[in-house]
Amino acid sequence: MPAPYKTDDDSVVVVIGSGAGGGTVGSELALNGVDTVILEAGKRYSIEDFVNDEWESFGQLAWLDERSTSGNWRVHKDFAGLPAWIVKSVGGSTIHWAGASLRFQDHEWKAKTTYGDVAGANLLDWPIDGKEMEPWYTKAEDRMGTTRTHGIEGLPGNNNFKVMKAGADKLGYKECSTGRMSINSAPRDGRGSCQQIGFCFQGCKSGAKWSTLYAEIPKGEKTGKLEVRPECHVTRIEHDDKGKVTGVVYFDKDGKEQRQKARAVCVAGNSIESPRLLLNSASGMFKDGLANSSGQVGRNYMRHTTGSVYGIFEKPVHMFRGTTMAGIIQDEAHNNPKRGFVGGYEFETLSIGLPFMAAFLDPGGWGRDFSAAMDGYSNMAGMWIVGEDMPQANNRITLNADKKDKYGMPTPNVHFDDHPNDNAMRNHAYRQGAALYEAVGATRTFPTPPYPSTHNLGTNRMSADAKDGVVNQHGQTHDIKNLFVSDGSQFTTGAAENPTLTIVALALRQAAYIRDQMAKGEI
Amino acid sequence: MRLIDRTPKVDRRSFLASTGAAALVVTSTSVLCPTESWGVEAQNLKPETVRTLIRMSRDIYPHDRLADRFYAVAVKGMDGKATEGAPLKATLEDGVAKLDEAAKAAHGVPYADVGWEHQRVALLRAIEGDPFFQTVRGDLVVSLYNQKELWPIFGYQGESASQGGYIKRGFNDIDWL
Ligand SMILES: Cc1cc2nc3c(=O)[nH]c(=O)nc-3n(C[C@H](O)[C@H](O)[C@H](O)COP(=O)(O)OP(=O)(O)OC[C@H]3O[C@@H](n4cnc5c(N)ncnc54)[C@H](O)[C@@H]3O)c2cc1C
Ligand code: SF4
Repeated sequence: MPAPYKTDDDSVVVVIGSGAGGGTVGSELALNGVDTVILEAGKRYSIEDFVNDEWESFGQLAWLDERSTSGNWRVHKDFAGLPAWIVKSVGGSTIHWAGASLRFQDHEWKAKTTYGDVAGANLLDWPIDGKEMEPWYTKAEDRMGTTRTHGIEGLPGNNNFKVMKAGADKLGYKECSTGRMSINSAPRDGRGSCQQIGFCFQGCKSGAKWSTLYAEIPKGEKTGKLEVRPECHVTRIEHDDKGKVTGVVYFDKDGKEQRQKARAVCVAGNSIESPRLLLNSASGMFKDGLANSSGQVGRNYMRHTTGSVYGIFEKPVHMFRGTTMAGIIQDEAHNNPKRGFVGGYEFETLSIGLPFMAAFLDPGGWGRDFSAAMDGYSNMAGMWIVGEDMPQANNRITLNADKKDKYGMPTPNVHFDDHPNDNAMRNHAYRQGAALYEAVGATRTFPTPPYPSTHNLGTNRMSADAKDGVVNQHGQTHDIKNLFVSDGSQFTTGAAENPTLTIVALALRQAAYIRDQMAKGEI
Repeated sequence: MRLIDRTPKVDRRSFLASTGAAALVVTSTSVLCPTESWGVEAQNLKPETVRTLIRMSRDIYPHDRLADRFYAVAVKGMDGKATEGAPLKATLEDGVAKLDEAAKAAHGVPYADVGWEHQRVALLRAIEGDPFFQTVRGDLVVSLYNQKELWPIFGYQGESASQGGYIKRGFNDIDWL
């Protein structure tokens, strides 16, 4: 049957969310010949709609439904109602994302075995490893056009990168480059090359940066086997008395309740909404929420150990010119417990414009101490810290029973406490980052606290054993055969690398598995 | 911002606030800046309150290269939102009244007339945890720095796609490393 599909068509696979995970799995299913419907809460924009303006773009794209926070993380103090900075629109956070595309290091698939018992951490090994993922990474990099893979040249370094590189050289770091970026350094796959516009976070106006919005979904749609329904907010997944899922309830753009039947359902709403949806789908049969026999749904929320270091120099840098994140140092990414923490972290160039700098440099800061820093904006260089954080059972998404959204669904609370390992890593990175900039003559440096989470992971984690996690090695829930998790919430541990390449590789692998299981009549 | 009169006439009830970067004049309806030829008409707040908020805004984010009008634009936005009955109106009016009281107790004059920035900043430090201060600062961090007109003063170039990005406009022009 070609798209569009009827709501009572129970032969379709329904995918919830159209970001890195959902957009990829949905498009790949269609390319594999599977009838697929993607339900996406946000609107569908095109490249022309993107705006080179930080706050205006934020208003256009960000997920702003009510959320609350708790815990000792700085985000709770600084941005209590905005735990995460993610997108609500077709394409999901691949509209915002900066393009950094790194494979996990081999040991990171086996965090528990490698790091041993870390007090307070709920570590677990992934049921898969680097060898298993190798072909899927290769396929994902090809799809995304990742630089420095498949013979694709690296991006040229901008001003911000040049400062980073000069500092890296002075400190003796050896692994510094413009990185592996899913941004075209030359035209490829029908998309042009990077024009160094500098608003990568606001949606790439040249289409050089990979996004499911224009790089995957149209390919799926072209097969006639994919229907994307924007402005459709899923509130519940339904099941029959055998415990198999049968479809989903959603509210369409007119606020009308609809019910889409399904042969299988893939949940990919990002790591806050995905567990929220499973918890909200509790029923007489599944009292603690769908796929939650382990009690792990919503737990082990990870956000990477992050922070930024900015430096002000005597002379201009103009860091905002050009690709936001095409610069990386990987020397600290390895596991070297001698530093006082397990796991590692990356330094990646980061630039934000003047309006966001005011909000994020030192949240709550004011007076001359603050404004003098802003006066130095054009002479500023910046980089972001992204490192492996420890999964903790009580860092979790829960439902606020007393607060409902406009569909009558309890809103989510995001609880996060920093683990001592996270703090030790962040402080190490602050020191190294400051030393790096001082080595090239910075007159002032800033240890900027974490922004609302852009990497949200782990809340439906993958495990070999059904009692330790929510999904198996294919992202299939342990409890319900035809229910899958296809986004970053399946991460068992976070690794030091930005997550999207791994999310995409897992989604491609999952699509092949679903196709095979359907062919075998298993689902 | 609305320029209400290019050569403002000052009525008898007006007074000259003497400590601004540019001297501001408060009339029964407006705050005027004769030297910069602009004025803000107070829509919801008392003109004196608007004037004090402009002073306070500069003290929160002091940029000596920014003229008062940038702070006035930000405060005008707050005034516009402080409509009758809105909690914001009471927060701002009461907050300014208390700030003036504290200023008078410490220095014998209302906040806007306290001579030294460090003296005014001390008054603000004392209330920085209060909803009044946090409301003003939280609004200002966007309403000040998000004014496109002031970006060039900070060397921020803003929108770039329509100009072809920076690929031919200096993305890698750093020359001092
Ligand atoms: C500013 C920024 C920069 C980033 N840079 C990088 C980077 O350089 N490298 C990298 O690897 N990662 C980066 N990331 C992270 C990356 O974007 C995310 O990890 C990735 O997109 C997550 O994929 P996902 O499928 O889990 O969720 P998303 O891509 O967020 O997609 C989830 C989608 O589901 C929809 N949805 C949610 N709930 C529902 C519902 N109930 N019904 C219907 N639809 C729903 C949402 O609207 C959204 O479109 C960045 C993120 C941000 C915000
Ligand atoms: S810098 Fe390159 S990737 Fe980023 S928005 Fe511009 S063209 Fe797109």
